[in-house]
Amino acid sequence: MSQEVEQLSCREFVELVTDFLEGALPEEERLRFEDHISRCDGCKAYLEQIRQMVAVSGRLTEDALSPDAERVLLDAFRGWHDA
Amino acid sequence: MVETAGEEQLVAALRAGDEEAFRALVREYHPSLVRVARIYVPTQAAAEDVAAETWLGVLKGLDRFEGRSSLRTWIFRILTNIAKTRAVRDGRTLPFSALQEPGRVPEPAVDADRFLDPEHPRWPGHWAVKPAPWPEDALEAAETRGVIADAIEALPATQRTVISLRDVEGWSSEEVRNALDLSETNQRVLLHRARSKVRAALEAYLSEDGT
Repeated sequence: MSQEVEQLSCREFVELVTDFLEGALPEEERLRFEDHISRCDGCKAYLEQIRQMVAVSGRLTEDALSPDAERVLLDAFRGWHDA
Repeated sequence: MVETAGEEQLVAALRAGDEEAFRALVREYHPSLVRVARIYVPTQAAAEDVAAETWLGVLKGLDRFEGRSSLRTWIFRILTNIAKTRAVRDGRTLPFSALQEPGRVPEPAVDADRFLDPEHPRWPGHWAVKPAPWPEDALEAAETRGVIADAIEALPATQRTVISLRDVEGWSSEEVRNALDLSETNQRVLLHRARSKVRAALEAYLSEDGT
């Protein structure tokens, strides 16, 4: 006799995406999550969108230190070492 | 990222006055210092000041650094102390509660009206309009990066900091928890909310673009 496991709704699924990606879902819930992906195009696409967004975020340029500010810090470093 | 294994050598190089080592360290951490400082101070300029002051604090304390925590954790502790002192001096309320209790008010990842009714006879709580994968060429566009950057900038300070460190700068969750003194759960809640909002902003942009 197979046990009837309650299926996730899409609305519940989207709230578990970060826990899933962080590897923080308990085993049983992870299985329900993966089962849902295999049957739901919308949620599969949603998860893919999150992954795409994270990948693009990693290519944003960071605010670099201005050359002037860097010079001030390096002067401070020299002063510190020579002191 | 500065390797933990090489940290002893790095500290030794700094103590010996190795300018290249110091320059590399500053370039590596400065943007993150500014981001974290923004949690505590109201403007980008004030955050830059706090970050610069942090580097002076690092120099001042380096000879006493004992390696009981990682160098990064130690640097970020100096930063938070300076930023908190400044916030108190400026009479600002600190967002401790926001860091410690992000979960109090629920914020759905996706607007409720994107889903069918929870009482729907056949598909309760399923998508009313399904999301679709985004075309890779649209994601590659510089404007798309701009939309993501703007959406991150518009987030509440703690969510903005967590998503910036995790997704923009590629820190691990453990590194973020240590730098911000966050519990595992709160780090995840903040990241979840931040990613959900940025995704929604990106979806709005990409779908309006396509019509």
